[in-house]
Amino acid sequence: MAADTPHPRSRPRYVRDGIVLGAAVGLFGVTFGVLATSAGLSVAQACVMSLLVFTGASQFAAVGILASGGSPASALASALLLASRNGIYGLALHRQLRGRLLRRLGAAHLIIDESTAMALGQDDAADAEGAFWVAGLSVFVFWNLGTLAGAMGGNALGDPEAWGLDAAFPAGFIVLAAPHVRSIDGRIAAIAGAIIALAAVPLLPAGAPIVVASAGAGVALLLRARRTRSDDPAGEEGP
Amino acid sequence: MSWWTLAILAGGAYAFKAVGLFAFDARPPSARLLAGLRLLPPALLGALIVVQTVAVGEALVIDARLAGVAAGGFAAWRKAPFIVVLVVAAAVTAALRAL
Repeated sequence: MAADTPHPRSRPRYVRDGIVLGAAVGLFGVTFGVLATSAGLSVAQACVMSLLVFTGASQFAAVGILASGGSPASALASALLLASRNGIYGLALHRQLRGRLLRRLGAAHLIIDESTAMALGQDDAADAEGAFWVAGLSVFVFWNLGTLAGAMGGNALGDPEAWGLDAAFPAGFIVLAAPHVRSIDGRIAAIAGAIIALAAVPLLPAGAPIVVASAGAGVALLLRARRTRSDDPAGEEGP
Repeated sequence: MSWWTLAILAGGAYAFKAVGLFAFDARPPSARLLAGLRLLPPALLGALIVVQTVAVGEALVIDARLAGVAAGGFAAWRKAPFIVVLVVAAAVTAALRAL
């Protein structure tokens, strides 16, 4: 990565990006609040879930399964499977998030897609921790405000799928993935992860495909080892 | 949803986050594992993108989302701001569904 990028010290760019990111996620918080209450949760439950569970995909999965008549046990299982990827994010962030125990215990609660992507997407490694906290806290504030608004407002927004909001998620992840796919290794990992997940969707319960897609990182490592050994031109993309 | 279910979900979700973050406190990862960990985010994000674009539960389904995400991806490629990417993806998907 470009470690020598000129970097204005006044206010790092991640501050604005993190706040914008949080505000965008807040829109999904509204959607979540709407879905949660229409799935039978009370306003208090929807808000407590956003405060304490605080991992969007798991929350959507849980209330989605309940809304379609699934059992609490299957809602819990799917939500926790989805949450397991945050454990892998924690592994990826272990070097960036240091300091005293209490600080790290607090940081752990903020480990989600957006804060992880912001932390790992910084060109200057020294910015990673700041970017994590700004994005994590920004998402936390907006996500919870959004949940409250959505839960209180009921179905004022109408069916979120009619608004296409379900497609906005993966499109947003494309933006978050952008810093990771600048390198050939990152591109291979992303493509391999995507292929593994696609293959796993029909075979495994929801959530698990994301976890097994971690193997995409291993695929990228193996191919890097082969590339450096045989000194191939770096044109080959993935398996 | 009962409060008990909610409590288990909250505890479990936090446990996953903390376990990952603290896993290497006892024994630091090897250089090779570290190299793999650096490549986890693209692998995970690549997986998230395709799963949320073409999966419905355990089925692969091609619908309006694919066009919306493609449009959002194009906007992202043209360096559009995050919110613009979200709006483009949602608008294209919504327009196709309204047809």
